Amino acid sequence: MFQTRARAALADKGDQDMTSILEGKNLVTKFHTVDGVVNAVNDVSFSLEDGETLAIVGESGSGKSVSMMSIMGLLPSPPAKVESGQALFNSKDGIVDLIKLPYETMSDIRGGQIGFVFQDPGTSLNPILTIGKQISETLTRHLGISGREAKDKAVSLLAEVGIPDPTLRYDAFPFQLSGGMRQRAMIAIAVACTPRIVIAAEPTTALDVTIQAQIVSLFKQLRAKMGVSTIWITHDLGLVAGLADRVLVMYAGQILETAPVDELYENPKHPYTVGLLGALPRLDTQESKRLVSIDGTPPDSTIPIHHCPFAWRCTHAFERCWNEKPALASVGEKHTVACFYAVEKG
Amino acid sequence: MTTQPLLRVIDLKKHFYIPTGLFGQKSIEVKAVDGVSFDLNAGETLGLVGESGCGKSTTGRTVLKLYRPTAGNVFFDNKDITSIPAEELNKLRTRIQMVFQDPYASLNPRHTVKTIISEPLVIHGLMKGTELDDRVKELMDLVGLNSSYMKRFPHEFSGGQRQRIMIARALSVNPDFVVCDEPISALDVSIQAQVVNLLQNLQERLGVAYLFIAHDLSMVKHISHRIAVMYLGKIVELAGRNQIFSNPLHPYTQSLTSAVPIPSPKLERKRQRIILKGEPPSPANPPKGCVFHPRCPIARDICRTDVPQIAEVQPGHFAACHFAGTPIQNA
Repeated sequence: MFQTRARAALADKGDQDMTSILEGKNLVTKFHTVDGVVNAVNDVSFSLEDGETLAIVGESGSGKSVSMMSIMGLLPSPPAKVESGQALFNSKDGIVDLIKLPYETMSDIRGGQIGFVFQDPGTSLNPILTIGKQISETLTRHLGISGREAKDKAVSLLAEVGIPDPTLRYDAFPFQLSGGMRQRAMIAIAVACTPRIVIAAEPTTALDVTIQAQIVSLFKQLRAKMGVSTIWITHDLGLVAGLADRVLVMYAGQILETAPVDELYENPKHPYTVGLLGALPRLDTQESKRLVSIDGTPPDSTIPIHHCPFAWRCTHAFERCWNEKPALASVGEKHTVACFYAVEKG
Repeated sequence: MTTQPLLRVIDLKKHFYIPTGLFGQKSIEVKAVDGVSFDLNAGETLGLVGESGCGKSTTGRTVLKLYRPTAGNVFFDNKDITSIPAEELNKLRTRIQMVFQDPYASLNPRHTVKTIISEPLVIHGLMKGTELDDRVKELMDLVGLNSSYMKRFPHEFSGGQRQRIMIARALSVNPDFVVCDEPISALDVSIQAQVVNLLQNLQERLGVAYLFIAHDLSMVKHISHRIAVMYLGKIVELAGRNQIFSNPLHPYTQSLTSAVPIPSPKLERKRQRIILKGEPPSPANPPKGCVFHPRCPIARDICRTDVPQIAEVQPGHFAACHFAGTPIQNA
């Protein structure tokens, strides 16, 4: 199944052993636009363990989605270009570097071994194909089963993701379904081929809170049943608390902090993480103090930054923060933070 | 003490008619707002929450008479603004303002910040010349914008800054009442906190009352004194903000409050969620009886036939449910 260049990608990696299922190494992605070069992802490294749910949290423009799209080769090029870095995926056929894979092999992996759920089910589904057709297309493409078999499997998948009257809905077009139902259909496509990883980019942002609760509970059920590793990209720290095993906080294209979920909420180290948590109103308290707001706005991503990207907005910034860029350093078990203040003075 | 509320809304209805059929000769009636009543006191914030399509924004706009109400009355400072002549209403408009959701679409891209902020003052003929300039500077300082940016255009500002421009515009005429229609939902978390703090500070300084429309329950709880929960064109529950969350009486409110994520992994693991089945029905074809009954975990026969009226179940705590206060067992 592997083409020559795919073998090359395989060979590059050698037989280095890998405990995690996905490992991003020093990823750099830039957009070359008429207004200048946008530094979307600046040296991002992370790993996803088998069976783990990893949440990537950040505000708009933090690079959380672009970093995942870079790995999956889903960015339009030009203007986007993955300048450097590796994305090692422990695939069925051994360890491969997703960045170097040729298009054909990559499309075998996308949808087959790595499933995707996007934010807006209204625009990510094909409007002129029935949802049943879109699911069975994935099945015939990746599993090589017949059309009839695929239809049966698609109907049972629709039932599994909680769509009522699956046989009837198989022939429904996306516009005939509500936002919540479309998102369920998209989840059915993502898990159709029992992938090893599901990447969900803001899958509940467009949905109402009661529907969000339904989708999150569906995700948890599927995860328990299939043992699939999940990357959940979101801006909602509240949602992450009840969902993730480990959290990665991104800002201005960089990772500022990573920690297991309990540790991050109880013992946040980076001033940005502390600020984000303070900016959230809480339902579980009676009194209403003023929210802690982070003054200022994120930096312009067209200007290369050679110091801490948060220094402008940070109340703890000192000389060193303006002179060099902090790297992720360990401050506890599985807890790393890129901040001179947290490591030296915190 | 019975002080008159600043705003009293009584049985407000707004029905839209959507033409159907080949030549649009028939029409579907959409009851976007169907019998909403509430009071708002001076200097108070009333939060209006609900899911998309429940009629919360339409309520806000109908209260301001941006939409002509189908039925019902809106009393502002004891004057019925649904029936007073247009001239008198225009005078009242200096006291009623609005902040819109989308800071990108609701500012004219060809106008400078100064033109935008001063527009209400110019329209109402309140100020001109240097007085106007000074007022714009004062307003920009008030909302935390650098007043040297007066000649800039909206595209030169970030989302949070644009929302500040919109707030400055609304406050320019010293209103008593501002409708804030989802003023923070287009903003990032750290910027949301800036805008919410600004709104609260301004309320303390200027004594302005807000009707704060949003779908984010945690934020509504944070900013409001009282909260009204809407479902399919009706208010199903109205109470003080702590009562709504500590003692929700309507099953919809119970499920809504249980569905809101809490930023604490420990609490999240312990929580019992009430996950509703299905999705809100279309307001063009609402269910008979109680509009919530098809999704309600405690619905009985009476709910399918009789529409529950909103009633004061506990002092200051209103709910529209035949079985208000019944706990939901199956979580």
